[in-house]
Amino acid sequence: MVVLSFFLKRSYQFIIVMLVISFIGFSIQDALGDPIHQLVGESVGLAEREKLREKLGLNDPFLTQYVRFVKNALTGDLGTSYFFKKPVMAVILDRFPATLELTLAASFIVIFLSIPLGIYCAVYPKHVLARTIMTFSIIGISMPVFLTGILLIYIFPVQLGLLYSFGRGETLMLFGFWETNFLTQDGLLHIILPAISLASIMLPLFIRLIRGRMVEVLSEEYIHFAKARGLTKNRILYVHAFRNTLIPIVSVAGVQFATMIAYTILTETVFQWPGMGFMFIEAVTHSDIPLIVAYLVFVGFVFMVTNTVVDILYLMIDPTVQLVKQKF
Amino acid sequence: MIKNIFMIAISAALLMSIGWGKSLRLAYDADPVSMDPHEQLSGGMLQFSHMVFDPLVRWTQDLKFEPRLATQWRQIDAKTTRFTLRKGVKFHSGNEMTARDVKWTFDRLRKSADFKGIFLEFEPIRVVDDYTIDIVTKGPYPLVLHTATYIFPMDRKFYSGNDSQGRSKALVQKEANTFASRNASGTGPFTVTKRDQGVRVDFARFNGYWDKTSKGNVTKVILTPIAEGPTRVAALLAGDVDFIAPVPPSDLFKLRKERKINLVELPGTRIITFQLNQQRRKEFRDVRVRQAIVHAINNDAIVSKIMRNFATVAAQQSPLGYIGYNKTLKPRYNLARARELMKEAGYPNGFNITLMAPNNRYVNDEKIAEAVASMLAKIKIKASVKTIPKAQYWPAFDAREADMMMIGWHSDTEDSANFTEYLLMTFNKDTGRGQYNSGNYSNPEVDKLVTESANVVDENKRARILQKVEKLLYDDAAFVPLHWQNLAWASRKGVDIKPIVNVQNFPYIGDLVIK
Repeated sequence: MVVLSFFLKRSYQFIIVMLVISFIGFSIQDALGDPIHQLVGESVGLAEREKLREKLGLNDPFLTQYVRFVKNALTGDLGTSYFFKKPVMAVILDRFPATLELTLAASFIVIFLSIPLGIYCAVYPKHVLARTIMTFSIIGISMPVFLTGILLIYIFPVQLGLLYSFGRGETLMLFGFWETNFLTQDGLLHIILPAISLASIMLPLFIRLIRGRMVEVLSEEYIHFAKARGLTKNRILYVHAFRNTLIPIVSVAGVQFATMIAYTILTETVFQWPGMGFMFIEAVTHSDIPLIVAYLVFVGFVFMVTNTVVDILYLMIDPTVQLVKQKF
Repeated sequence: MIKNIFMIAISAALLMSIGWGKSLRLAYDADPVSMDPHEQLSGGMLQFSHMVFDPLVRWTQDLKFEPRLATQWRQIDAKTTRFTLRKGVKFHSGNEMTARDVKWTFDRLRKSADFKGIFLEFEPIRVVDDYTIDIVTKGPYPLVLHTATYIFPMDRKFYSGNDSQGRSKALVQKEANTFASRNASGTGPFTVTKRDQGVRVDFARFNGYWDKTSKGNVTKVILTPIAEGPTRVAALLAGDVDFIAPVPPSDLFKLRKERKINLVELPGTRIITFQLNQQRRKEFRDVRVRQAIVHAINNDAIVSKIMRNFATVAAQQSPLGYIGYNKTLKPRYNLARARELMKEAGYPNGFNITLMAPNNRYVNDEKIAEAVASMLAKIKIKASVKTIPKAQYWPAFDAREADMMMIGWHSDTEDSANFTEYLLMTFNKDTGRGQYNSGNYSNPEVDKLVTESANVVDENKRARILQKVEKLLYDDAAFVPLHWQNLAWASRKGVDIKPIVNVQNFPYIGDLVIK
């Protein structure tokens, strides 16, 4: 019953948020430029342009266009991309695996590096290595992804002849719709640099977050009790302290995972990674309004789904959290 | 088992590449928007057309016409040119190309939104026999061959009938997923084997390609769009691709020094200019003010400092080699003279203007706009500069949102008249003349001469007229000429791109030789 009302409430919120996002997307379309200019050659006459504008319904008032969009959206049709000439959802879902895999690979790097490094810095705060890590994490936080990407490309493929400068390489088709990088050697070698560059923004943040939280937890009384009881250091650190460090981290991680999907825009542009982020930049340069609006709605959806998953994970880690306010 | 087949396939592919065929990994800044050559008139689509289709005639590097699907042509009366078609040319479908395919293509061009403008002066084609056609113009017309470079015969039978949705296979429509935008049958050196829009296009050499004399040995092409300039260059340096275009000017110095790289630069034909809006600003109606501005702008310095000599300084619209190129016209930078002119015109203390330019359309457009503003400051014209992405710039340009606006132009027909027709003739909504004349410049004599030139077939006479037009525009300071943008391509050594590139920027990949 509780779970049902939780999901009902969530889906109702989903719809409201998506309507708001699409409305904002539509209302800024004039600022996004004129799609007609991107569809025709520069020498094409004004009359031909006007005909196309009329045909695409771009002359209708804003509200008429928005109502038409919502009506179609209710039937599952979010519009057709001007550039790809395919339904926008098909275009986005085509590009989604590339972005999700890149984000997963980057998350993998973040998780497997930030936990040991963060704990290390908390336990040995004065050690040279800990200080070095903290210094590097400041540099990492302040360096733009774009620059990290270009640097990686110049160091590895160009100077050292290692790894690849762009693209996904050889991918394997799974279930007929999911192209994966993880099952071919070429694909794995291609994903390394983009994943490092994408991870470079989140890694320092997480090292600092885990370190900070761990320092806090380590000074709590139950840790002192555990020490007094003679538990091994590793058991105290990894079982007792770490579990409590994790709770706030999970909620940040959830939001950051979704943020990372949005951050792929820069990484994908530098590495010509054929994902949603790159597609979005292209859509903006082409003034492909249906695709831009659909992308925004889709990313909003991803944010809400990750938030929901985080809430559920929360419940699993910390049983005192309630999904829905219960009346007693 | 599968692995074995895979290995055999790989060794076969390797053998092939050693034996007689080479594969080319090509990276442009964008991939073709469609497979329908008539859907959009753009450089990218014409590059595609030259790979999958063949034109009746095509340009050589020195701006001459070279026979392709038409082997000969001669003018039979004032309005008619008779073309003899090549025999035994096969489409990718296996159908043979005849005069009827050419007529079918011509009719389709005349109906397509983007190309119909080029064919305004033409009557329908007359089929004389299977291998002879008459191209007829409404009046005497000097640009018949120029226009024939746009006729890439399409396979009439292949595009007949209806697709699975019941629409005609011949349909040209931009926003619809038409049959022709997804399928192609031309006579060109390559067929498309796989296409994932925005990601990659794979081409394979067409076995039945008619041009057996071509030395081209590329049997497979993988075209990847790489939008970011630095990544494109890095991909070439890393050996991940073999041939890139365009080369970002900021990387030219580096590539010129690289030993394993083959860099080819050609002087381009795209003119970059500023227009002075006489409707918004009464000051610009005074020719002395316009002259002062032209004299104040050091376009030589822009070319050497900002463009790093990757451009040719311009004093007129027509580049060298064009019929209207007037060799007497020289760049006018002279600051003292500019100040004098401002004083004479009654503006010794200058005035304030707005200036707009795109920031991702032309090479270094934003930096050029800023440099021009600082040069104008020296004659006390204070320009507030606004630069925006091209997607927003074109609507702003159409609305004439600033007093001084940047516009670049490349003549679709490689002919001088085209510049003035679009940029400087008096705006006329019906004929489309002056569509990009944001300065509202209007000179009846220029209009008359350019219109007249459209029906002059005698080359010398036409040259005199168009050179006179350039002189009139120069004396009138009708616009601010900056430079012609150069073009650059780069490949790894061994990929011999020099003979196959041209100022139109349609590399003839079919003729590319890889050692």
